[in-house]
Amino acid sequence: MTSLDLSIALPEILLSLWAMVALMAGAYFGKDRLAQALTWATVAVFVLLSILIGVQEPVAQQAFGGLFVADGFARFAKMAILLSGAAVLVMGMDYLERTKMMKFEYPILVSLATVGMMVMVSAQDLITLYMGLELQSLALYVLAAFRRDSVKATEAGLKYFVLGALASGLLLYGASLVYGYAGSTMFADIAGTIHGDHLPVGLLMGLAFMLAGLAFKVSAVPFHMWTPDVYEGSPTPVTAFFATAPKVAAMALLARVTFNAFGHAPGDWGQIVGLLAGLSMIVGAIGALGQANLKRLMAYSSISHMGFALLGVTAGSEAGVKATMLYMAIYLTMSIGVFAFMLTMRRDGRPVQGISDLNMLSKSQPRQALALLVLMFSLAGVPPLIGFWAKYAVLAAAIASGYVVLAVVGVIGSVIGAFYYLRLVYFMYFGTETDPLDDDGVPAQRWMTLAAALITVLGVVNLFGIEGAATMAAQALVH
Amino acid sequence: MLKLLSIITFLPAAAALVGALIIHGDDANAQRQSKLLALFATGATFVISLILLAGFDPSDTGFQFVEEAEWILGLKYKLGVDGISVLFVMLTTFLMPITIGACWNVTHRVKEYMIAFLLLETLMIGVFVSLDMVLFYLFFEAGLIPMFLIIGIWGGANRIYAAFKFFLYTFIGSVLMLVAMIYMYSQAGTTDITVLLTYEFDAGPMTLLGWQITGGVQTLLFLAFFASFAVKMPMWPVHTWLPDAHVQAPTAGSVVLAAVLLKMGGYGFLRFSLPMFPVGSEVLAPMVLWMSAIAILYASLVAMVQEDMKKLVAYSSVAHMGFVTMGIFAANQQGLDGAIFQMLSHGFVSGALFLVVGVVYDRIHTRDIDAYGGLVNRMPIYATAFMLFTMANVGLPGTSGFVGEFLTFMAVFQVNTWVAAVAATGVIFSAGYGLWLYRRVVWGQLIKDSLKSITDMDAREKLMFAPLVVMTLLLGVYPSLITDVIGPSTEALVAHYNEANGIDPNAPVATMHAASEEAGHGAAAHSETAPAAASH
Repeated sequence: MTSLDLSIALPEILLSLWAMVALMAGAYFGKDRLAQALTWATVAVFVLLSILIGVQEPVAQQAFGGLFVADGFARFAKMAILLSGAAVLVMGMDYLERTKMMKFEYPILVSLATVGMMVMVSAQDLITLYMGLELQSLALYVLAAFRRDSVKATEAGLKYFVLGALASGLLLYGASLVYGYAGSTMFADIAGTIHGDHLPVGLLMGLAFMLAGLAFKVSAVPFHMWTPDVYEGSPTPVTAFFATAPKVAAMALLARVTFNAFGHAPGDWGQIVGLLAGLSMIVGAIGALGQANLKRLMAYSSISHMGFALLGVTAGSEAGVKATMLYMAIYLTMSIGVFAFMLTMRRDGRPVQGISDLNMLSKSQPRQALALLVLMFSLAGVPPLIGFWAKYAVLAAAIASGYVVLAVVGVIGSVIGAFYYLRLVYFMYFGTETDPLDDDGVPAQRWMTLAAALITVLGVVNLFGIEGAATMAAQALVH
Repeated sequence: MLKLLSIITFLPAAAALVGALIIHGDDANAQRQSKLLALFATGATFVISLILLAGFDPSDTGFQFVEEAEWILGLKYKLGVDGISVLFVMLTTFLMPITIGACWNVTHRVKEYMIAFLLLETLMIGVFVSLDMVLFYLFFEAGLIPMFLIIGIWGGANRIYAAFKFFLYTFIGSVLMLVAMIYMYSQAGTTDITVLLTYEFDAGPMTLLGWQITGGVQTLLFLAFFASFAVKMPMWPVHTWLPDAHVQAPTAGSVVLAAVLLKMGGYGFLRFSLPMFPVGSEVLAPMVLWMSAIAILYASLVAMVQEDMKKLVAYSSVAHMGFVTMGIFAANQQGLDGAIFQMLSHGFVSGALFLVVGVVYDRIHTRDIDAYGGLVNRMPIYATAFMLFTMANVGLPGTSGFVGEFLTFMAVFQVNTWVAAVAATGVIFSAGYGLWLYRRVVWGQLIKDSLKSITDMDAREKLMFAPLVVMTLLLGVYPSLITDVIGPSTEALVAHYNEANGIDPNAPVATMHAASEEAGHGAAAHSETAPAAASH
């Protein structure tokens, strides 16, 4: 280990240190009194770290003997993770205060999960991968059951833990097979053992198991069952976190493994990932149709969006990776906007999350309703909103790689999906008048929803320049 | 150079933004301001579009007023007009002030209503001026959002069903087109329409799932685009969303829907299907021709039994769009000219008919034909206007409705006599339902109590109808106003189509078209139709 290694992994080290410092502070200074200050401080740390990462040279630097890499791809994913994590922390605070859940462990657990995610996206080795993944997962299990006195939250935490442990088991089993057949845990060495453009059977088996584990983390069908229950059971700020940063990390990790370790055989894993993508796009869309709970609906919505993002990976090309990264960034923006709004949904002081609670929102909160309308059309993939460009990019990549049928499946899924997004618009604009939602000041969330909607509209001009960053990320990943 | 097309396209949207920012509340004053702002913006757009028309050179078959800039994801922001598209731009800008005039009586969420229409105008114009495939798709698809809201918020009793049906029907058609567009991009390496117009997509036969497909990729691409445009047109049997949407939409919404939005389908056929997949078009033309003939016959028969005035006009729109597709897929000079003419004429006539329905609906609040009768006794001016547009809808010589129908008949007669015969039967039925509607609503004794105190059209309404009356008559007696502008472009399109399909243009035309042999195109149309119009 040299000092250079440390400087390459500096953001992760700093964030780990911060988590420990915060833990000490929280434990010694009267526990939850500090919770709010710690949360704001964590937000500041996240933003500073993302700036630190952003100003780094976009050249690939290996650390710890090639176990860890900081390249353009990791940079893009880490910035997305940190910024969305910061946004989720800010918008969840008010909700946690009101429901008396503002505990100092919350920002710490989020920080630790984030360290795990950052390690995941930089992994160049199966062991690094597993370390990052487990650090993230363990923190998330606790977060899911954060509301200890609620049966639903406990159930969500337990469900997440049991299924998550199963997925980790599958992943580990796959990793051991890969190690057994390739003789190394390093991605580069694994790639070196592949000759021609097909995988040996042993590696293929290992890869299939690993992909199953990763599919669980991105909640791709058929490993999606936990998602609606966990989304519904967890406190809403935690749900918002689940829906954003960990998805980016898991998607980036999936791309990392497939491209860095198995990049020579895109046809082999393309079939598996393509199947996951196709099923997710359809099942996510159909599953959401009958939902009456906004959080469950967003869970299915995220399943179908992950299907589209996987479509980019399926393409197995640089354009595909670029499209996936674009998709994730755009998905983050839209999700943050929607969840920020969900956190303001209260009636008579109690949080509500039914779709019908949105009835005639356009009368009581016209601006919020308009913002949500824009976000819904964007999620449905209607141009000119950025949700369309995300879909366009992945479809273009998939078709260029010859996956035309999969693209057709995707667009049909998006039509089915359009129905339930429109249903929300229906409640907000055409519904029957009921008691309006509470309209007392929670400005941070309201501004976030409005800002997300504005970005969604204005993105048509130049996507806020994010395209260039995504291109660099893709170039770094696909040599 | 001044970016004229961008100004025309985005002026209404800019006005919508201004309105959203500076007008507050929903009181009478704010409502008036919103309406005036919308009227001013659409009026200004029309005036500026006149500059466009004045500067347009019909003899040039290429694209004019072209603007180009780099955009995202390797796409281009490219605008331009040619002979086919310029008149659709004019149709849109011409009709929008009238449409705004038609919503003067709205009192519910007026500001949002006006903003929706202004945005819709931007998106409609954008469809006609886009020279980048994905940009076209953007405008084409984005128009669904304001229209969905217009039907859903301001529509009639069953508006929600209609809004969803409208959105999902058109959405599913369009996404298949998107896949086809992306495939074209992957083949041709560009989304620039000007390049794609001359790119030859593979037309060799191919096998898909054991099916032999004549025309290969071109046929498949054609079908994907067809899914979108046929729904938009709408063609039988995917027309069922239109009557629902029309009946539930507010008057102004119906006008825009009938007059402009339906034309996007026809425009799409002319801009994409015919020139880009000529072989695929030729393979499937018989199917489309028969679908058109069925549409004309079937929709006319269905229109005859309607009890709801709007539904009747909506079915008559389906029938008239049948003439358009028939003309387009006859794929000869008269066919294309006739189709475009029919689309423009239908824009004026059906728009006017929806306004006609709106006038009495505003007064009596019902669209039941049975609720009316004898209106001529109290509303002479209304009865006159109604009659003119009924006649134009039926296709009486001297009105614009005649020219389009006549040209498309001529065209399809050269290609398929049977289709022409079936379609001609439909015309008779169209006279049937049109005249019967008029008789039941306007003629007879005024015996219904609810109608005893009905008033004739006021100044605003007369002002709305005046330009439509003028255009309907003017185009009826002087069709070269239009055929001269579109002629060179359609001629080039037909030549390209024939070349791609290896058709000798002189062989069929010489035998079938003896009346106006070597005459130049615009003059030909003129000499054929004007005397015919005069003789009646």
